[in-house]
Amino acid sequence: MTATQTSSAPRRAAARAAARRADRAAWLLLVPALVAYGSFVIYPLATGIQYSFYDWNGIGVATWVGLENYVQVLMNPDLLGAIRNSFVLIAFFTLIPVGTGLVLATLIRTMRDGFALRASQTVLFLPQIIPLAAAGIAWSWMYAQTGAVNQILSTLGLGFLTRPWLADYGTALPAVGLIGSWVLTGLCTVLLLTGIGKIDTSLYEAIRLDGAGWFREFFTITLPGLRQELAVLVTLTVIAALSTFDIIYTSTQGGPGRATLVPGLLIFRIGFTQSDVGLASAFGIVMMVLVLALVLPIQRLSRIGDR
Amino acid sequence: MRLHTSRRGHSRAVVGAAVAFAMLGLAGCAPGAAAPEESDGVAVSTELTDEEVVLTIADETGFPVTDALTEEFTRQYPNVTFEITRDTFQNLTANAPRLLAGENPPDLIRLPTIGDTVKDGLLANLDPYYDAYGWDAWPASQLSPLRMTEEGVRGSGSLYQLGLGYSVTGVYMNLALAESLGIEEPPATIAEMEEMMEAAKAAGILPIMAGDSDGVVNFVVQALMNQYADQDEFLSWMFNEPGATYATEGNIQGAEKVREWADAGYFPSDINAIDYFTFVTRFSEGEGLFTFNGNWAAAGYQEALGDDVTFFLAPPANEGDRFIAMGAANSFSVAAGSDNLNEIVFFLNWIHTNPEARQIIVDITGASPGGDPSLPLPTVEPGSLIEKALEMSAQIGEDNGQVDFMANTTAGIYAGSIIPESQLLVTSQITGREFVERVQAFYEQEIGG
Repeated sequence: MTATQTSSAPRRAAARAAARRADRAAWLLLVPALVAYGSFVIYPLATGIQYSFYDWNGIGVATWVGLENYVQVLMNPDLLGAIRNSFVLIAFFTLIPVGTGLVLATLIRTMRDGFALRASQTVLFLPQIIPLAAAGIAWSWMYAQTGAVNQILSTLGLGFLTRPWLADYGTALPAVGLIGSWVLTGLCTVLLLTGIGKIDTSLYEAIRLDGAGWFREFFTITLPGLRQELAVLVTLTVIAALSTFDIIYTSTQGGPGRATLVPGLLIFRIGFTQSDVGLASAFGIVMMVLVLALVLPIQRLSRIGDR
Repeated sequence: MRLHTSRRGHSRAVVGAAVAFAMLGLAGCAPGAAAPEESDGVAVSTELTDEEVVLTIADETGFPVTDALTEEFTRQYPNVTFEITRDTFQNLTANAPRLLAGENPPDLIRLPTIGDTVKDGLLANLDPYYDAYGWDAWPASQLSPLRMTEEGVRGSGSLYQLGLGYSVTGVYMNLALAESLGIEEPPATIAEMEEMMEAAKAAGILPIMAGDSDGVVNFVVQALMNQYADQDEFLSWMFNEPGATYATEGNIQGAEKVREWADAGYFPSDINAIDYFTFVTRFSEGEGLFTFNGNWAAAGYQEALGDDVTFFLAPPANEGDRFIAMGAANSFSVAAGSDNLNEIVFFLNWIHTNPEARQIIVDITGASPGGDPSLPLPTVEPGSLIEKALEMSAQIGEDNGQVDFMANTTAGIYAGSIIPESQLLVTSQITGREFVERVQAFYEQEIGG
């Protein structure tokens, strides 16, 4: 080791120069991305942090208030309920779509290539291309007293179950959550399906020769093989649950009472209805920290097996 | 290798963040701008120019009265033409401060709540025109909600807004259902109204058609509070006077009454799923004995129900008490940065004084045109709901009983507190006292924050 180092000093200098040139080229190629990243991610984030220390209505003079906005955020009587609601939504945005996606993807994998396969993939993915805001409006019609959900229940002889789903204190949050499940299941299925496609088929042949059934195959081959995809999906959907706004805004506005109030709606109201940009920024920063605290461990977990 | 790149990735992000902070540090100043200088402006004149002028108006969608008014004005004064831009009520309200602060603000803008716009110097002070045109002949109670002091208290101070029509609220009664219950006349007191609702409930008729998915049940809540609360005390809270409170015994009594009505099943059982449009439609289709709404709904109800509907002011607690009702201007403000101050104010004055303009206001909005009470009222169909609405406006003017809508108290209070708490109140989840105390707590937090 030491011998080679001393004997190849000039060559190493040349290599370093080449590396520097390559570095410069690399930086040059990175400039467009860095500029975009800086101006659309870093800069807004930095200004958001700056605003969070001011009392500012977005137009007039801003006054420095130090940490007062953060104190107000943490003392906000609606904060805990809103965060609790968004944690409930994780069940509907993460557990249901990822779970359903896993089952569907393993089922579709066994289908023979052809019309049925492509049709089922397309149908499953379709909700993903519908804007969440539009999905919220369409679903609020279906959930209404005279909407499709109650009509179907009545037809099935389950008329005693009918209710205004989005106006009932007990059902509003699950009903809103299911809209999210409906939208996100397609994404989960398609991503998991591509993940399964990457798994070496000889592994499946081997385990089948060993006489394993569907469940054995699923837990021994499919699930470990999808670890990366699952980590990505859990991250994406947990963030979607915690930052959800559009579905709630177009369906319940947080009601009835505060049954479906989520942090995103609170931040929107404080920032754009009450014009308290400073307080809204502080709220956003607190939520960002919360999301990071939840998502970073997921990332770490997914990497453990790689080392 | 893997570790190496990831560490570099980290350091790069750190550098990026550091650069961004450094840039902010160099800029070194707070966000926002100081209030613009008071424009030295043009001399106040009540004469209309004979030069070609284009006036710009920012209005909400679905408010066609500005189209008709501007058309008539251009017919009378061909050198003045208009450009009207429209956006939804919610978007316009949220964007108004930014529009007003922009390079080319609209001359006239629909502005439901003044908020910080006066403090930020965005609105033209109309006091000089008040004197020049002699607006002191107009009802003071109608103009006071359009005033604001330098400290940001509404109700007094300088005039910053005028109304394109002044609304009044009351109760509509389905006369066909009333007849079937043996009811001959609108109730004279709250107690009488309760007797009628009890009879309706017993006969399987819905007593009150109301909705609260968007908070409109607060027409009922406030109509009751108005009868029990001290009017000046209630107004001082809506105008954000220092120390004013919502948690008065009168307001609590009114809210408790709503809770009693909710317990008695006088509202639709799915009230929190019903929005404004739905309850208006359902009352128009003949469902519900009473409904609380404003004059703007008169034409629609008349068309749907014909002669089977009447409109009256919310009854007082005791017979013979004066009438108190919510009403508000369809408020518009002139931008401080307008290049055509004299012209746009001439237009506003014309709306309040010109017979054709006043007729347009009544025909299209069903609202009172405001202005000097001694001016002749526009002609309306005898016996129509709109005629009733104008009589109600006159009655409220006589009793000096107009109060603002409590939803206008602060920018955030309606969505942030009044709507969610009223949803709980009308479904018997909280008491009237809890409703009032929670709204007051939100108020203190928003005003203080």
